[in-house]
Amino acid sequence: MQFSFYIYLKKMKILLFGIAKDIVGNQFLEDASFKAKTVAELKQELIQKYPDFAKISSLAIAVDEEYASDEQQISADNEIAIIPPVSGG
Amino acid sequence: MKKKIEIIAHIDPSVIYKELSHPGSGGICVFIGAVRDITQNQKVNALFFEAYETMALKEMEKIAATASKQWNLNRLIMQHAVGEKKIEEPVVLVGASSAHRNDCFEACRFLIDTLKEKVPIWKKEFFEGKEQVWVTPHP
Repeated sequence: MQFSFYIYLKKMKILLFGIAKDIVGNQFLEDASFKAKTVAELKQELIQKYPDFAKISSLAIAVDEEYASDEQQISADNEIAIIPPVSGG
Repeated sequence: MKKKIEIIAHIDPSVIYKELSHPGSGGICVFIGAVRDITQNQKVNALFFEAYETMALKEMEKIAATASKQWNLNRLIMQHAVGEKKIEEPVVLVGASSAHRNDCFEACRFLIDTLKEKVPIWKKEFFEGKEQVWVTPHP
């Protein structure tokens, strides 16, 4: 995994794209205060910390490069990414 | 079936016939998406595309696999550009070739529609007057 440097800290690192990057003001989010154990909890925490996420029409989370369901478990060992509504093509 | 799936800086549509041509293909169908100069009555100067590249390639592979099960295809191509693209530049290309035209026509429609729905790529519009907007629907 590319986060070997952070393993001892066990901070959750979240990749950000598109408007999510603008909302947070960075390319990724690394925060030891995230307590989320599931995708649904992570979405709630994100909206609490960055209320602008509530304005996005849909907020998907990818875990290890796959779209994740709300029930899916997450940890700092996963590659987590916020997927705002896609607009390719 | 031979397929080509890429996220690249520049799409070159001039080589597409060679890429999709196949001895068993009597039909070749290609869709190219390009940068348009007007969006919702506003003048656009350029678009910028960003991809979650590793995941985007995985999603494109899944779409290609579904298409190749659903239709009888000899060749398939999916390309998406990243970075800044000016008016008239190609940004996405999907194509397929098949024995008869129906398979490649239907596959192309599916490839572009599903790509737009599922593949993690985002576009930012640069409007005249310097406003920049991520294309993200709000409620």
